Order: sequence, then C-alpha cells, then structure tokens
Amino acid sequence: MKARSAGAAAAAAVLLLAGCGDDDGVTTLTWYINPDDGGQQALAEQCTEEADGAYRIQTSLLPMDAPAQREQLARRLAAGDSSLDIMSIDPPFIPELATPGFLAPVPEDVAERTTEDTLDGALAGAMWGDELVTVPFWANTQILWYRESVAEAAGLDMDEPVTWDEIMDAAEEQDKYLGVQGVRAESMTVWVNALVESQDESILVDPSASAEELETNLDSEAGANAASIISRIGQEGLGGPGIASMDENQSMLLFQRDNGSFMVNWPFVWAATNSAAEEGSIDADIPEDIGWALYPRVDPDTPAAHPLGGINLGVGADSEHPELAYEAIECIVTPENQAEYFVTNGNPPSSESAFDDPRVEEDFPMADVIREALDSAAPRPQTPYYNEISESIQGRFTPLSGVDEETTPAETDTYIMEVLRGERLL
Amino acid sequence: MTATAENTSKESQASKRPRKSDRTKAEIRLGWLLAGPAFFVMLAVTAYPIAQATFDSLFSFRLTAPDERSFVFLDNYLLLFTDGMFWRIFGVTLLITVVTVAVELVLGFALALVMHRALKSMRGLLRTAILVPYGIITVVSAFAWYYMFDINSGFVNNWLSWVPGIDSDLDWFSNFGTAITVIMASEIWKTTPFIALLLLAGLAQVPDELVEAARVDGATKVQQFTRVIIPNMKAAIMVAVLFRALDAFRIFDNVFIMTGGDANTEVLSLLAYNQSISRLEIGLGSAVSVVLFICVLLMCVLAVKGFKVDLASGTDSSSGKKDGGK
Repeated sequence: MKARSAGAAAAAAVLLLAGCGDDDGVTTLTWYINPDDGGQQALAEQCTEEADGAYRIQTSLLPMDAPAQREQLARRLAAGDSSLDIMSIDPPFIPELATPGFLAPVPEDVAERTTEDTLDGALAGAMWGDELVTVPFWANTQILWYRESVAEAAGLDMDEPVTWDEIMDAAEEQDKYLGVQGVRAESMTVWVNALVESQDESILVDPSASAEELETNLDSEAGANAASIISRIGQEGLGGPGIASMDENQSMLLFQRDNGSFMVNWPFVWAATNSAAEEGSIDADIPEDIGWALYPRVDPDTPAAHPLGGINLGVGADSEHPELAYEAIECIVTPENQAEYFVTNGNPPSSESAFDDPRVEEDFPMADVIREALDSAAPRPQTPYYNEISESIQGRFTPLSGVDEETTPAETDTYIMEVLRGERLL
Repeated sequence: MTATAENTSKESQASKRPRKSDRTKAEIRLGWLLAGPAFFVMLAVTAYPIAQATFDSLFSFRLTAPDERSFVFLDNYLLLFTDGMFWRIFGVTLLITVVTVAVELVLGFALALVMHRALKSMRGLLRTAILVPYGIITVVSAFAWYYMFDINSGFVNNWLSWVPGIDSDLDWFSNFGTAITVIMASEIWKTTPFIALLLLAGLAQVPDELVEAARVDGATKVQQFTRVIIPNMKAAIMVAVLFRALDAFRIFDNVFIMTGGDANTEVLSLLAYNQSISRLEIGLGSAVSVVLFICVLLMCVLAVKGFKVDLASGTDSSSGKKDGGK
C-alpha cells in the first residue's frame, strides 16, 4: 500500500515536471479551451509541430457552459495566474476581462494580420472600446431552420426574408411547435438581444457608462415588440410544453420530431441531425426536409441582426510568454485552420476566406447563409457588467408565458439599474 | 499564545478548585498533545475563513474591478435585509428545513421502530440497505431525481399519469409548488436513513426494564411510546433534529442541479453562490455567507440552550435523569 502511494506520488511529480515543460528547453504554453469535438486539441498539436521547438501548446479544459467558463477565467485572472497563456473566451465576457487589464494587449502587427478578412460581426465581438483586445477565432451565429413541408403548407416563400409573425402564425395554424430557447439561461439573452437589434436598436444606451450610470433601453418600442413576440410564444404554447427547460439541444430534438416547424439555432444542429439520421435515432429522411434561411425579422422592412457567438482567443496579462502566445494564436487562427475546424467540429470561421474552402461548401450547404448572417451579426451588450444584465434579462423574460409587453421591459430596465447601483440582489 | 491562555486558565481554576493531582495534569497535557494539532488545523480551516469572510463583507468588492474596492461598513447587510428577495429566499430555505426535517423525523421513527422491534434478525442487512440513499453523493442523487422528473427525459409523468393533475405535459421544474416538492422529496429520500439510524441508536438505549414496568402497570402501547420511550430518547431525537436541520438549512446541491434557483426555488446557499461566484461580488457574497453562518449558529444555540441538548454526550439517556433531578 505504502509502496503504491509512493509510486503514485512519484508519477504525479513526473507529470507535474513534464507539465511545467522547460525540461527540454521548449516553452510550454497552456491553452484553456472550451469543450468541443477535439478540434482545439488537434490545432494545438498541429501548431506545436509547426513551431518546431519554439513552443509547445498544451490544452486545459474549461467547464461546459459559457458562464462557468467565465467564472473560472475571471477567478484565475484576478488571482494573477500565470498559466493563462491562451484562453478561448466567449465574446460577451470580453469587456469584463479587458476593463481591469486582465488581458495582455494584442500587438499591432498581430492584430493587423489576424483580422485582414474577419467578418464584421465577428470583429465587433472581439473589440472593446475601439480596440482589438482578443483575436477572432471562430464565430457562431443562429439562423432560421425550417421543415420544408411546414413552410410549404404555410405558403411561405423561404427565399424571401420571413418575420416572426409569419412563422408564429404558421406554427399555430398547423398545430406545430416552434424551436426557441425558453430556458432561463444565456440563450434567453441571445434571443432578446437579437429581437431588439433586429429593429436597429440596442439594449444598452451607452456601453461605456460606469455601473452607476449604465442604462438599458428595453422600455422602448423595440423592447415592447420583442416582449410581445416572446409572450405570444409563451402564452399560446407555441414552444411546446417543455418550453421552460428548452435549451439549444432540446429545441433541436423538438424540431426533429413530427411537430417540428421552424427553429432558430446554431449551425451545430445540422451535423447533429445528420448523424442522428445515420444512426437511426430519427427518420432517415428528416435531413432532406430541413431548410435554412436568415434569422426571422421583427419588422418586415428591417433586416434581422443575427445573434453572435463563437470563441475569441485572448492572452492573460500575467502570462510569462505573451509574445510566444500571440505567435501561437497566429498559427491557430489561419483561415485554413478555421476551415478545417469548421469541417471537423462544425464551428463556423470568423474569416471570410475560410468560407471559400471547397470542403466547407461540400459539408455545409448553408455556409453562404452563415457567412451572410455573420456579416450582419450583432454582439450582445458589450459592457463589463454583461453578466448582471444578462441574468436580469433571463430572470425577467422567463417563464415566457409570464412576459407582458407592457410591463416586463420596463421592470427589467429598473431591475438592472437597481442591481448595478447596488440596491438590489441578483 | 495558547500556552498563556492555558496558564491563566490553570491559575484561575487553581484559585477556585482544589489543586490538580500530577496525574490529572499529565492527562490534560496528553489531551492537548492529542487534540492540539487538530485544534490548530480547525482554526486554520474554519476560523480564518470565517474571519476573512466577515472582513470582506464590509467592502464593496468586485473581483473583476479590483481598483474600485471600497469600505462600505454594513451596507451589504442593509441591502440584504431591505430586499424582499432576501426574505423570500430566507422563507423558502426555512420552508425546506421545516418540512423535510418533520417528514424525515416521522419516516425515520417508523424505520427505526421497524428495525428495532420487528426485524431484529435482519437488522444488519436492513441497516445497510436503508443506508444506501445516504451513501449516494448528493449531486448524483440530485441528477437522478432531476432526470426522473425532467419533462424531456423523465419517466415519472408517464408512470403517474393516472394521478389527477399529472400528464405528459407537466413540467415539474417550471413552477414553485411542483419544483419545491421534488427538491424536498429528494432531500427526504436521501437523508431519512441518517435520522433513522440516530433514532435506532436512541431506541436501543431505552432500558427494557422501564418499558416492562410500564407494561406491568397497565400502560397501553401508545402510552408506553409517548410516556416512556420518547422521553427517554429525547437527547437522541434532538441531536437527530438539530443535525438534520443544520444540514437542510444549508441545502445547495439539489436546488443547484434541479432548478438552479428558477421558479423562485432559490435558497440561501445558492444566493451566496450567485453573489460571490457568478457575479464575483465578493463583498455581497460574503455578507450572505455570514448571515447564513449566523443563522446556523442561532439554530445551534437555540437547540443546545433551549432544548438542553448535550452534543458532547450525544444520545446519553442520562440527560433525562438530570432534568428530573432539577
């Protein structure tokens, strides 16, 4: 027993030493990655090889959901953890980490080279205060997925932009369910923000304001319109009985069933639905019935603003090797690697030229729609207090059936202001 | 420091009490040698964090805005006590504590009696079987209950569809009544064994002669139970109730996994978590933690002073005799 534990301790020590990595003179960079299908690990290995001894990238896995990733990164950064060489960061949390100087500045030449052909929406998400603070890696966006049979029965021309009213009417008439995310989670803010931005309005009045002065603009016509869409789906039960726990994955499963109709969701659903059809867990002909289009409009004459997600790469301010880290980042985010990552992991590139890769067009027939969506995507409210704003919105806009266009937006505004001024709990 | 404390206490004791024999002194020294290291470890891992949290709770301090840290004295507490949300959360926590402990006490007594009276030969096996839920990690049991009742993956709606009000469209976690019921049910399922075992130990300590004497005097079964058995295991009951109440008041895992505080099911521990971990508001979060700690402390004091539970002697049935003596 004793011998075994001593052996384990020795093994741990060896692992630890290997982890620190300078034993063979090669600097080890740690890349904190969000969970994916192994694409970031593969890129880390590939760039380690290409670096030819200049550095070695080892990955370290962050928690599953974005808010938990933020919590871990923020805590480590605040504590001055020097192992945060490269971080995969969800765009909405960038201002919070950039404001206190937790991120090492992006060198000008790196910024120039890595954003040459970045799509506008993705670039906006990587900036804070007119400055590039992270490097765009991959960009995500929601588009409208629909069952062709349902759209046809409703007489909708899906080559033309459709509105929320149209898809809600279609679902209601045919007694089908809409795939939306009604769970109290980050996806709720994604939805509310997209509805407001689709009316050329923003949730924040002045993003650069301090906590005492920050104001939100939900108590407006745009906010009321957004609330009325959400409330109609809730009150008429258009999102199905499980709407209160409907996240991205659950709404995809709902969409795959017989009563699926329209769904707003990220592109991962395409690969997931295809593999489900191959495995036989859903009908094999379902993928053929699935079409895609730009995000539904709120106002028929105003182009929709697509939700923006994705991952940007940042370097911790306390990293011991910021230059090498940026060198590694440049290797990771080349358009070829972004295209490869799209094809293997289903996460769309932020670089426009990556969409021209022939493999992309073959595997993702909707790549053009995604590219167009990313160019018109609007980031979620960019402020260091995003977490407070998002959680307030999530709390007030769920359950969907309780949303009232007259009162909910104004209540949310007041609540956010009180929370930010330290007068209320969250 | 402790050496001086020890000396002074020795001196003050010496003036009041007769001189200690060498043997007693040696025993005290041995006691300190044995318990001392643990005592210091306890100081380091409990007293220090409590002091730090109390200190932090006097500041407005956000982890991602280290430069804006400022001393606000009791403002964080003021915010808590003036916010209706805090009182709602406090009420929910109290509701869970009272209901779960009450139900567990009844169920636990029934289980203990069954083990004590009816199934003496199988007691060992039964005790092990009953302990299984208690041995399961709370997070795991919370997930099990969550998936059982979840509208997308659960089977409960299907199984219980004959019960009025339950059908395949019932989302248990979307409104307060059903959500809190599931949360409390999982808590009760998991921790009833703990109470049952403590009560079984208490039952075993009730002298058979007393029950026999009562029977000879013509006491009915109910009278034997309420007049003889229960008074003689009062200490065991109080220890069981106190430990469970403290645990139930700090409930976190079940709520965190099943609703995350949705449908107004948030509890105090979750509030502390949300303020310090999600919002990174260290000051406010510390204030919630301190309030939670004070509540737990009050419950202890109330139980020990008010109900005269002697935690050190545990299920010692002599406490009943002491009361009688007074």
